[in-house]
Parts: sequence; C-alpha cells; structure tokens
Amino acid sequence: MGKHVVLVEDETNIAEAIRFLLGREGWRVETLANGATAVDVIRNANPDLVMLDVMLPGKSGFEILKELRADAALADLPILMLTARGQTRDREIALEAGVSRFMTKPFSNADMLAAVRDLTAAGTAEA
Amino acid sequence: MVSLNQLVAVCLLYVVGLFAVAFAAERAAARGRGDWLLRSPLVYTLSLSIYCTAWTFYGAVGYAARSGLEFVTIYLGPSLVMIGWWWILRRLVRIGRSHRVTSVADLISSRYGKSNLLAILVTIMAVIGVTPYIALQLQSVTLSLSIFASAEPQAPSGGGQINSAQAAFWVAVGLALFTVLFGTRNLNANERHHGVVIAIAVEAVVKLLALLAVGAFVVWGVAGGVEQTLAQIDRSAIGQWQVEGGRWTALTLLAAAAFICLPRMFQVLVVENGDERHLQTASWAFPLYLMLMSLFVVPIAVVGLDLLPEGSNPDLFVLSLPLSQGQNSLAMFAFLGGFSSATSMVIVATLALSTMVSNHIVMPIWLTYGQNTVQQSGDVRHVVILSRRLSILLIISLGYCYYRLSGGGGALAAIGTISFGGVAQFLPVLLGGIFWRGATRTGAICGLTVGFALWVYTMLLPSFGPGAALSASTFQNGLFGLQWLRPEALFGINGLDQTVHAVLWSLSINALVFIAVSLFSFPAPVERLQGAQFVNIFDHSTAARGWSASVAASEDLMIMAQRILGAAEAQGFFRAQAQLQEKYDGLPEPTPRFVQALERELAASVGAATAHAMVAQLVGGASVSVQDLLAVADESAQMLEYSSQLEIKSRALTDTAAKLRSANDKLTQLSHQKDSFLSQISHELRTPMTSIRAFSEILRDAEGLGPEEKTRYASIIHSETIRLTRLLDDLLDLSVLENGEVSLNRQRGVLRDVLDQAVTTARAANTRVIKIDRESAGEDIVLDTDLDRLVQVFINLITNAQKYCVADDPQLSIRAHQRGRRIIVDLIDNGAGIDAASQALIFEKFSRLPGQGGEGAGLGLAICREIIKRLEGDISYLTDVSGTGFRVELPIAQTDV
Repeated sequence: MGKHVVLVEDETNIAEAIRFLLGREGWRVETLANGATAVDVIRNANPDLVMLDVMLPGKSGFEILKELRADAALADLPILMLTARGQTRDREIALEAGVSRFMTKPFSNADMLAAVRDLTAAGTAEA
Repeated sequence: MVSLNQLVAVCLLYVVGLFAVAFAAERAAARGRGDWLLRSPLVYTLSLSIYCTAWTFYGAVGYAARSGLEFVTIYLGPSLVMIGWWWILRRLVRIGRSHRVTSVADLISSRYGKSNLLAILVTIMAVIGVTPYIALQLQSVTLSLSIFASAEPQAPSGGGQINSAQAAFWVAVGLALFTVLFGTRNLNANERHHGVVIAIAVEAVVKLLALLAVGAFVVWGVAGGVEQTLAQIDRSAIGQWQVEGGRWTALTLLAAAAFICLPRMFQVLVVENGDERHLQTASWAFPLYLMLMSLFVVPIAVVGLDLLPEGSNPDLFVLSLPLSQGQNSLAMFAFLGGFSSATSMVIVATLALSTMVSNHIVMPIWLTYGQNTVQQSGDVRHVVILSRRLSILLIISLGYCYYRLSGGGGALAAIGTISFGGVAQFLPVLLGGIFWRGATRTGAICGLTVGFALWVYTMLLPSFGPGAALSASTFQNGLFGLQWLRPEALFGINGLDQTVHAVLWSLSINALVFIAVSLFSFPAPVERLQGAQFVNIFDHSTAARGWSASVAASEDLMIMAQRILGAAEAQGFFRAQAQLQEKYDGLPEPTPRFVQALERELAASVGAATAHAMVAQLVGGASVSVQDLLAVADESAQMLEYSSQLEIKSRALTDTAAKLRSANDKLTQLSHQKDSFLSQISHELRTPMTSIRAFSEILRDAEGLGPEEKTRYASIIHSETIRLTRLLDDLLDLSVLENGEVSLNRQRGVLRDVLDQAVTTARAANTRVIKIDRESAGEDIVLDTDLDRLVQVFINLITNAQKYCVADDPQLSIRAHQRGRRIIVDLIDNGAGIDAASQALIFEKFSRLPGQGGEGAGLGLAICREIIKRLEGDISYLTDVSGTGFRVELPIAQTDV
C-alpha cells in the first residue's frame, strides 16, 4: 500500500517537482498551498510524513510545526522541513519546535528522497 | 660751648651709627633673621613718623608761637586718617601689595590703564610739590647750624655768623650724598629697604626723645613745674582758644590729604608695608606718637616767647632755649633730633621721588630710545641705579634752588603747607580711583592738570613774594589785568585766608573737573579691568593676569632677569622656582605662574609698568584679550553670559540627543530591515533555484519521461530563470535610480493612455482578478514626463492591489484630478489597509508586510518612490481611506511646449 505524504508548499513548481519525485517512489502526495488550513488537513489525513515549507501565506511553517507537536496524537509524526531561508537561526527554531529533519533549498533530489526514506523507515520500525 | 666742628663731628658719628644700624638690618634681612624686628608693627609705626620732619620738630613751636593752637591741625589730619584706616589705608595697602605698586605715581597710572602719561604727570607734580618741603629741611638744618655758630664766641668771623647760602649748599650736598649712600648703596634696587626703615625707626626714637627732653627741661627746669607752666600758658596769647573754623578745617583736610598723597608717606605706608595687620597697630600707635611729639610744643613756645629776646626766630626755640640756659648737651641732643627729622624725611622723600623719576621717566625713555632691547645680555641695573642717583641729585638741587629763591626766610610751617597743597592735588584722583569705577584716565589727567595749575598760581608762585615769580601788578590786578584772576582772590572772592583760598579753589575745581570729564569720557578696556580690580580690591586681590608663557623661552627670561636683578639673585630666584616646579636641574618651565612671579620680582626693581613692558617684550603680551578684559571688568555680565551660553549649549545638547536617538531608532530599524532583506533575498533567490535544480535533475536522471513532460519541465526551468533575472533587474534598477544615474525619456502623453497600458499589463501578468473602477473624464490630463517609467509605477501599484487585497470582492478605484500645478492620481482598494507601524516602512527597500507570502521581493514600492522622485513628483500612502490607498502626484506639463 502506497504511503501518504502531506506537502505544504506555496510554490507550485516546487510542489510539482516533489510530487513527481515521490509519486515515482509510490507515494500518495497531497499538496497544500496555504498554511492556514494545514493543521486540520494533516490531523484528518493522518499521513505517514509531512513536508513543510516555512514561508507560507496564512500561517508560517514554524507555527504549523508547533501546533502539530502540541497534539499528542501527532507527536511522533515525521516532519521534514524544507526552507529557502537557510540561516542557522531558522534551523535552531525548527529543531527546538521538534522537527524531524531540516533541509535547505535548493536540495538535490537524491538527498531529499533519502531523507524521506530515512524518516519513514524509522517510523515503521518504531511502529 | 659747642664748637661748630664738634657739631659736625657728632653729626658724622651719628650718621655712621645709622649706617651701622642699616647695614646690620639688611644683613639680618638677607639672612632671613630678625623678622621679629624688621616686620614688627612697632617699626612700621615708627617709620611712619617721617611725617614728623624738621617742620614738626622746629616749626611746630614756631607755628604755635605765631598762630597759637592751630599747629594741632597738622597732627589732627593724619591721626584721623590713621584712626579711619579701615576705610582708605587698608584699601591702598591691599592694592599696593597685590599690584606691586612702587609709588603713588605707579598706583595712579596703574589704576588708569597703566598710563605712562599719567605716571609722568604725577611724577613731575610730585617733584615740584615736594621741592618746597626739601627746601624746608635745608632751611631748618641751616638755621640750626647758624644758631650754634652765633653762640660760638671764638668764631673767627667774630660775629658768629655763617654764610647761610653756603651752609645750605653743603647741607644739601651732605644730604644728597647721605641719600645716595643710604638708598642706592645696595646695587640691588629693591622696593623694600629694610636698612632704611630701621634707620628711620631709630631716628624717630631720637627725635621724639630729643623733643621730650627739651620739653621736660622747659617745664621742670625752666618754668618750675607743671602748674607754673600752665599758669604761664594761661597768661600768654597762645592760651587763647582761638579757632577759625575755615582755616582749621582746610588745614586738617590738607594734612590728611598730604599724609596719604605725599610720595614719602606712600612709600612707608604702602610700599614698605610688610603686613596689612600692621595698620591696625599703627592706627592707635601713630596718633599716640604724634600726641607725644606735640605735648611740649605749647610750653616750649610760651616759655621761649617769655625768656628769649624779642625778634628771636620762634622756629628755633627748641635749640635756642637750652642754649640760652647753658644746657649744651641738651642743645646738642635737640640738634640731633632736628637733624634726624630732616635727614629721614629727605632720604625717604628723595628715594620715593627718585624711584618715580627713574621708573616712570628715565626707564621708559631708555627702553624706547635705547639701542638695546631687554633680550640682550648685560646689566641694566647700573642704568636703574644711575638714574636713581641722578634723580636724587636733581631733587635735592631743586630743593636748594627753591631755598635760595624763596630767600630762606619764610616760616617753616608756611613752606610746609605749600608742599601739602601741591601733593594734595592727587587726592581726588586717588580716592576716585579706588572707590569709583567710573573714573577715567582722561578725567584724571584733566583734574590733576587743572588742580595743579591752580596750586602753582595761588600757592607756589605767590610764595616767592610779590615781584619774584609773579609781578606785583598781577597780585594787585590779576593775570592779564583781569580782576577775577588775582592769585589770592580768584573769581573776585576776597577776604578768605590765603591757604584756605588756595586749597578750596584748587582741590574743588580739581575734583569737579575730574568727575565731570570722567562722566563724559569712556574708559579703555584696560582701565575698566584695573578700575574693577582696584575698586573691588577685596574681591579681586588674587586676580591674576595670565601670561601665555609657552612662547617665552626660559633662557631669554633668565638673561633679562640677570640684567635687572643681578646674576646671583636671578639664578637664586630661578633655582627656587625650578624647585617649586619639582625640577631639580636646569631652568624652570616658563609656566604662567612662573612668569608672573618673575614679573613681580622685576617690578620690585623697576616698577610694575616697566616690568610688565619688559616681560611683554619677551612673552608677547598678556594672554588676556579685550573681550576677556571686558568680561572680567563686569563679572555679573560675564556670569549672565556664561549661564546663558550654558543654557543654549544644554538646549543644543538636548536637541542633538533627541536627533541622535531618533537617528539611532531609524538605524536600528534599517539594520533589522537589512537583516530581514538578506534573509528575504536569500529566499527569493533560493526559491526559483530550487525548482530549477529539482527539474533539471529530473530531466537528467529520470528515465521514461514523455516528450510532453520534458517540455513542461524545461519550460518551468525557463520561467524560473526569468523570475531570477527579473529579481536581479529590479535590484539593479533600484540601484541605478537611487544613484541618480537614470536618464529620463521625456515625452508628452495623456494620463488615460498611461493608465490603460498599466492596467492591461498588470492584468496580463497576474491570474488574480481585481475589478478596476476608473473615471475616464478626469484622466484627460496632458503629461510631459517619462511615460514608460510612469507606467512602471502604475503597474506596480495595480499588481500590489491584485496580490494583496484581501477583500472577497477585490476592487481598485483609480481617480485623477488636477490641483493647481499638480496632477493627483489616487489608487484605493477595498482591502484591509496597512497598519500605522508598517506605513512608515513600505517605501523602504525589501520591506514586506508581515504575514504576506507571494513572490515579491519587496522592491516594488521602493522602485516606485525612486521613479516618482526623478519625475519631480511625490508618492504617499493615504491614511484617511478605508482600504489601502496610494497617491501619486506629478507636476503638470508646461503648456507653452
């Protein structure tokens, strides 16, 4: 059975690239362009992985991350953060808020896929 | 009997004794010993007794014999001055000490702006005024000698008469020699003469004891006791209490004025004063001394009139009474007393006058016309000493001339009053100078000149008798035959006593002219400064004039000091100063403090004005500017000015602080903005690059892509590349605009066309639809500007509305109208508007509103602002509308083009 990922990304081109890459790996990719509704969508979908951009209309990636981690049911949900803002401070904020993995754009496709595999493998092993 | 030779021998012995005392005192002073004596108030008081000259010693008895008790006025004036010392003398002494004053002329010139003219005037007046006084001493010594000669039976001339002119000449030579040896014996021409002061104190004791001895002899030895003496006095005319109010007042005033103004009195009162507190002792001790001096005057006069033959000179009763009674030793003692009185007066008077002549006349001339300047090496002390010695000779010879001219026959007291009248002319200027800041140099010169001229005309010239200096007809009919110019009845006022008349007119007109001219003239800055320092001496006594001494080399100062002080003393002074500066080898640093100390040291030798001039030659002038002088002269103004300057400065500081704070706030904000921009630009660059990298890797790595997919991914890469390019273009565009390097392509066009183009382009570039509400009629405005740039601005504004208007039914209204010479275009949407905090930043580069995503780099409005600025217009955020509104203002097109 294909795994389910929720991708919150307002840049349509980037979203399309990720959708293509993960789709070929057998993932079901659900894309969201707005941060405002992301938490509800994720809670309902209960995906295997969440991929989050930081700069989003409606609500920033950091806020979404904090809300997700605040929910006990989603505490172990693997969250991969992708951001074009590559400063150390952003990474620190994300790690503090409980991100599973933090990647800076632009990324190599292979690295991104490896990260996704790592995160879901760990999740499966734990489950 | 006492032979004349014996008398001369005794005199010489006495003089040698005085020399020994003076020498010992100077040795002690040089070794710093004997201060208890040299600086005691007793010695100070005794030195004041040079007021009591031969006039007092011999003349008072004569005065009493002629005019009764009136002689008391001569003692009354000085006593009043001493008792009221707190008022005038304390002031004079303090001024004299703090300004290193060397003479009364120095004080007056110093007060009136260090005027050399005034110093010369006062010096000349003092020399003329004191001349009769010196003649008086010559006359008294000559008379006393003649008494002895006439009493000498074995005299070869038989008659016992001596040639009085010859005697007076030799007495004058003797006195001159005596003074030169005494006062200028020491090559160090210092202002303080410890030896002279001690010798004078000894002489003061001698003359007092001599007079008391004669008095006691007369009362108890001749009259037979106090009661008999009193009875005898009662019987005589002197006992009659006859007081002429006018004459008494005038003479008391005259004596008081002379006591302050006489150069020799000034010398002992002020210059030789070692301690201000001595005045306190002298204020009672000196009147006591005067009282003792006058105690036996009346008895001697009465007994003398009674016993001695008719026609005897009453001025010589002090000598002739003991002689007539065969008391040779007592007569000898009395002679020594009279000799002491005369010599001490002549010594101090000529010393004081010679200092004035040398400091105020000879030295300035020598400094001005001499071939040398003070920097040259070589001793100038010989010039100082020589000029003083010559001055002494000149002054004594003037006295001798007066003695010969006046015939040597006048009453001693009458001659004395003439002198008093002359120097009393200094009084208005002196008192005005220390009490009235409004007194000016011009006033002082006029007052002194007028007063002195009146004195010469009404007192000095008439003293030679009718037909001598003034013709008999002038006495009778006045100068040039004008009745109101008669020397003894000016302005036709007859019947006044001659002395009262002269004193009244000369002093009152002197004072009047002095005050009137002072009121109508303006003081120079230096005068104002000195005036303030003199009048407020008790607030100012530490005030110092600073030398900007850094320019003076210590070597030059050393050379100059050696010339004036002598090598040994100068080196000693410099060494002491160096030690004060804690330098133990070499010369002291030329600090202002040191230069000032040096000037004081020099002033002691050559006078304040000359020393000042010499130091100024080396140092280049006092560091006090005219402004400083004026400010010091009026401290209240200075304080006011100072505090108001402080106020202004503190206000300016507050302003600056506020500006700095706001600048700092803005800088902090801009710095944050810059940081967020860097973050932003990173984001803006990384975002398209992410897509480009991802799709290019897909195209490279993925197998089995269909041609459609390949084309699609390639076109995404393409469009993202364009987006990157646009971002870089915007940045460059802004940079060019900001640097003012843009060239405008000016064209004429209509606003409606510009807006049409902008709306079309904006709509084509953006998927989000916004309803645009326009009013074509208002847009029919001709523009003369860079139309392409203007279109760029409108596209930006419309695109912003499209992107960020959050209303459900987004709408943008565009309204244009002309107001005066300005075209106004308002673009207002129905969105949420921008909060006040952000309004200030939206036109800054890279500013993005919080919570807004989108692909904008935050450069749009910054570019708009720069463009509009180049188009000489204005773009602003409209605060009083409900949505987000911008106003663009442009200048209208020139109609004549």
